[in-house]
Amino acid sequence: MKELSLNILDVAENSVKAKATLTEILLEETEDTLTLEIRDNGTGMDEKTVKSVTDPFYTTRTTRKVGMGVPLLKLAAEQTDGSFSVESSVGEENHGTTVTAVFNKNHLDFTPLGDVVSSITTLVQGHPDTDFYFSHRKGENEVTLDTRELREVLGDVPLNSYEVIKWIEEYLKEQYSSDF
Amino acid sequence: MKSLAELQAIREKMRDKVVLREDSGEIRVVVGMATCGIAAGARPVLNTFVEEVNSHGLNNKVTVSQTGCIGICQFEPVVEVYEAGKEKVTYVRMTPEKAKEVVEKHLKSGKIIAEYTITNDRLIGG
Repeated sequence: MKELSLNILDVAENSVKAKATLTEILLEETEDTLTLEIRDNGTGMDEKTVKSVTDPFYTTRTTRKVGMGVPLLKLAAEQTDGSFSVESSVGEENHGTTVTAVFNKNHLDFTPLGDVVSSITTLVQGHPDTDFYFSHRKGENEVTLDTRELREVLGDVPLNSYEVIKWIEEYLKEQYSSDF
Repeated sequence: MKSLAELQAIREKMRDKVVLREDSGEIRVVVGMATCGIAAGARPVLNTFVEEVNSHGLNNKVTVSQTGCIGICQFEPVVEVYEAGKEKVTYVRMTPEKAKEVVEKHLKSGKIIAEYTITNDRLIGG
């Protein structure tokens, strides 16, 4: 992947497929590191499955035999001497999965974050009936989006209406230009 | 600054449109957005379709949606066009430029761009 934002788009799709009603995408930056957390309240995975998701030859799909999404994100983190972990729970009350990747931003092999706004709007466009919470923090500054808030204002207007997608895009871009 | 009040205005404006959309979607454009598609450049292709369908005023006729991997990863980005009563058209190795053309010629004027379809790609061996 040319941009980390593409890995984010790709791995967040797994949350939607796991029937998450809320997927949180959290980015936190320090001088030297970028931490990405993708947290969902989907069905979760048992211990055995959690161990196999970083194996490129594991996939739930039947159209092909490989599943590269999670391994590619793991690789992107580890090639910067960062770290990667997956935690999951299938409990009745608290089910869901959290994927955490830590990157060393100053490492030669750090993949730039790229157009994260585009990844967020693409997720909402493709999955208007599930909710996303996005937060990108750097020091005191924060860019956020919570589709639950938008849904409350919009009523029955679908989140993937062109006007709404454009609004989200502008809303995020404005925050990036003033706070970052 | 963008505010939630603006969304309220969008809601008011959309009230009539939403009713219209119930029986719309004569044409469905589906973009492959699995790992293979995303890595090959599907994100800008999808966004171009969303933009162009709107700028050509086709929102009530065309819906743009996303799907996973359909198993022909080497041809990604792949875009399928479904239209009632017609055979599915599969465009392969798409780019934002090709997407613009597909909206203009195929979605708007009904002319399939054979050159970009999978049938053609296989004949000439890509």
